[in-house]
Amino acid sequence: MRVALFVTCINDTLYPRTGRAVVTLLERLGVEVDFPDAQSCCGQPQFNTGYRHATEPLVRRFDRAFRDHEYVVTPSGSCAAMVRDNYPRIAAKAAAEGRGRELTDAAARAVPKTYELTEFLVDVLKVTDVGAYYPHTVTYHPTCHGLRMLGLGDRPRRLLEHVRGLELRELPGAEECCGFGGTFAVKNPAVSAAMGADKVRAVAGTGASAVCTVDNSCLMHIGGTLARQGSTVRPVHIAEILAGTEEGAQGGAVSGTAAGAEGGPR
Amino acid sequence: MSGRDVVLARIRRALADVPRGEGPSDPPVPRDYLRVHGSRTAGQNVDLLAENLAEYRAIVHRCGPGGLPVLIARLLAERGARSVVVPAGLEPGWLAGAEVTRVPDVPSATARELDAVDSVVTGCALAIAETGTIVLDAGPDQGRRRITLVPDHHICVVRVPGQVVSSVPEALPRLSPDRPLTWISGPSATSDIELDRVEGVHGPRTLEVILLAAG
Amino acid sequence: MSGSHLGMPAFPRAAAVSTRDSLLRANLAHATHTIRDKRARAVAELDDWAQLRAAGAAVKDRTLRHLDSYLEQLEESVIAAGGRVHWAADAEEANRIVTRLVRETGEREVVKVKSMATQEIGLNEALAEAGIRAYETDLAELIVQLGDDLPSHILVPAIHRNRSEIRDIFRREMGSWGRPAPDGLSDSPAELAEAARLHLREKFLTAKVGISGANFMVAESGTLVVVESEGNGRMCLTLPETLISVVGIEKTVPTWQDLEIFLQLLPRSSTAERMNPYTTTWTGTTDGDGPRTFHLVLLDNGRTDTLADTVGRQALRCIRCSACLNVCPVYERAGGHAYGSPYPGPIGAILTPQLRGIEGSLEASLPYASSLCGACYEVCPVAIDIPEVLVHLRERVVEGGPVTRRGTRTVLKPAKGHAAERAAMRAATWAFDHPGALRGGMRLASRTRRLHPRRLPGPGRAWSDSRELPAVPAESFRDWWRRTRGEQRPDGSSTEQRGGVK
Repeated sequence: MRVALFVTCINDTLYPRTGRAVVTLLERLGVEVDFPDAQSCCGQPQFNTGYRHATEPLVRRFDRAFRDHEYVVTPSGSCAAMVRDNYPRIAAKAAAEGRGRELTDAAARAVPKTYELTEFLVDVLKVTDVGAYYPHTVTYHPTCHGLRMLGLGDRPRRLLEHVRGLELRELPGAEECCGFGGTFAVKNPAVSAAMGADKVRAVAGTGASAVCTVDNSCLMHIGGTLARQGSTVRPVHIAEILAGTEEGAQGGAVSGTAAGAEGGPR
Repeated sequence: MSGRDVVLARIRRALADVPRGEGPSDPPVPRDYLRVHGSRTAGQNVDLLAENLAEYRAIVHRCGPGGLPVLIARLLAERGARSVVVPAGLEPGWLAGAEVTRVPDVPSATARELDAVDSVVTGCALAIAETGTIVLDAGPDQGRRRITLVPDHHICVVRVPGQVVSSVPEALPRLSPDRPLTWISGPSATSDIELDRVEGVHGPRTLEVILLAAG
Repeated sequence: MSGSHLGMPAFPRAAAVSTRDSLLRANLAHATHTIRDKRARAVAELDDWAQLRAAGAAVKDRTLRHLDSYLEQLEESVIAAGGRVHWAADAEEANRIVTRLVRETGEREVVKVKSMATQEIGLNEALAEAGIRAYETDLAELIVQLGDDLPSHILVPAIHRNRSEIRDIFRREMGSWGRPAPDGLSDSPAELAEAARLHLREKFLTAKVGISGANFMVAESGTLVVVESEGNGRMCLTLPETLISVVGIEKTVPTWQDLEIFLQLLPRSSTAERMNPYTTTWTGTTDGDGPRTFHLVLLDNGRTDTLADTVGRQALRCIRCSACLNVCPVYERAGGHAYGSPYPGPIGAILTPQLRGIEGSLEASLPYASSLCGACYEVCPVAIDIPEVLVHLRERVVEGGPVTRRGTRTVLKPAKGHAAERAAMRAATWAFDHPGALRGGMRLASRTRRLHPRRLPGPGRAWSDSRELPAVPAESFRDWWRRTRGEQRPDGSSTEQRGGVK
């Protein structure tokens, strides 16, 4: 099977290790991975801030970049949700404004083939044990778009439960938003920071050494708040946990993305 | 233009997207929700009603026709009630055992006069098991709405199982919108202090429901 | 009440203050978490919740799509049952009508059932100007009125007050409004409720005019429905000689049978009860039972403008249950006052800018008062996709577009104050649509990464005041892929494509 990796702009620029982990993981599971270079951003920051028209070129670009692929896999719940929920809306509004069916067709092609990573693993590859090893205590924060827009349900948990060495700690108030919310984090910094502080308190209370999500954007906020508070809890994307193996772990400490992406906060 | 004309004209302009041929009963409403939740015998319905009423702090009693006058008399005596409002159509026998002043439900009675009365005894239009609700429709054995509102103690007799329906969807077709209705689910309560429920505010603080079995 | 929601600052400024109020934060966290779990249990009892929710949304949508017909039917039914119907295009007209109706009775005092609509139009203030005193009789509204405060929640307007604050308000203020608080009043909720009972009973027993809203109006029968808990509603609806109900036009449902949906959805979503303690339904007037005169004032006040927006219209399905407030993490921390309107929380963030227009700075800030987490949509009993409407309204703010104001279609210009953001968004789109240019920028960022500050100046402080910045990695994913895999794909899928720097 051959899939296209939609790495997302934030992973491309700030968290390349997550993208490399997806490649490692999928190839280990026998999947051939392509990286269409024409891809860029799904347009979520623009769209969710209200710049719908500025989003349209990125819808077209997504369609062009992935037109030849049957499956598009992305390590981001919110970018997958952007494509699946919002591309059809953008298209419908463009059509209502009398600008034809181009975006409608683009959305119709993009929606059914786009999968968030854990969905792809569980629903398409039908695996929950990906042969991973991660000898740490981990708590899992279900990010809002993964939880409510995509309906990921217990897929990430089922994958984590099969990781050898991993001890999963229950996160109190897990389904409450961490306070990131894209531009919300800077447009309403006081509320965002208050939500982040409460989330981080819950994370620290679990005693886990790492906090894991399906989205590096939320993790940037959680990790940034953890780092500012001097916490030793590491933020880590689920792909990096699932990519880990015993052989790999022998080379050094299992790392996380931390607030500072590669290399941690400075 | 009158306010009416302005508002209706605005609505019509606002709904320019609705196709001309679409009538007020379109589009259809999916009504695939349940008429009843679960399946219960008539007796189980009565038990559920009792359970739900009690959960919201109504005091529930059961008796047969022979025991009713004695029970009502006892409840009034225990309460220390000296006066009772009596709806015009209440079965005379129900209060036969009570040694209290009977206050008739008349249009001239003021709210202040009612405030001086200790208790009220009524029947009901029906009761809903799933929600623990009794419904009054101002029928002859229930009287005007205010008599079950101003006195602090309400004894309501429900004939079981005849007057008990399972659910809200079963209740509405048996009730007429032309009559003023009062749905009562436990004594008055409030959640206004820290969103926690406290019983007993303006309506009767004590609600006693007698489930009267058929003879 | 002398307070007013008008002229309040934009949401972020108000919220920055309220999030620092630790007592408020504690009161709200306690109350919302209490009700959240209870609501979930009450809803889980019904296996057909999803079907009820879909039916509720469908009934409301159908009514809205034919609102003119249903309102005419409603009017006819109410008149046939002995009521009188008045139409108010805006708040001013509604206040004028109600003031006139009260004056005609010769009374100077009215008792009120909690009503969002009369909050929205500022009826109490209008009546006060006409020398008419309005007594709020809902416990939480009483707390707000006595405390000269503003409501902060749809269901529990005094949710921001805890029990000891309420005791202090009662002790201090009850005497100047009527019967004083009992000596030695404690902060036990039962004693506080008792104090309210004694204080208000005098008002109920003497009131000649009652003012209410309604939860539902049944078009086919002309029936109004008020759902409540305390019995103050029953008092106001049945003891006075004259009843005036001010109701938003969107509260209409077509049939009596439709109530079977909403009387299941509302109590469980609202107070997490199988059924609320009291529901009153009345149709016009009844001889010898209840008010002899009944007036229904149908209120527009921005609802038809909301109706004209095919995306925003769904906000008119709202049955004011407040479930969305109780689950909202932003509401929980910012509190209701920051929303600058009687409608706080997620529903307020989509209702207020539509009812009032989005041009004001507060109204323009409300669609952004959300992290778009979607918890509100999940619990909404009539399936209002609040995040969808929030994003739609954000578009109206920054891009402008067609809107309806007081019945007239107009095209809104993009809001001022977003110029820098707009330029940044356009630049971002350009860069993301030109990967070659983007790559150049990313490489520059990588090369200079040791020089990047830990905390940002200017607007960037909004991030770095509370959070570390992510460090820019030495190599982007794209460059890594190219370096390690670039040559393996002769089909060109991973070589640089069109769109480089031109």
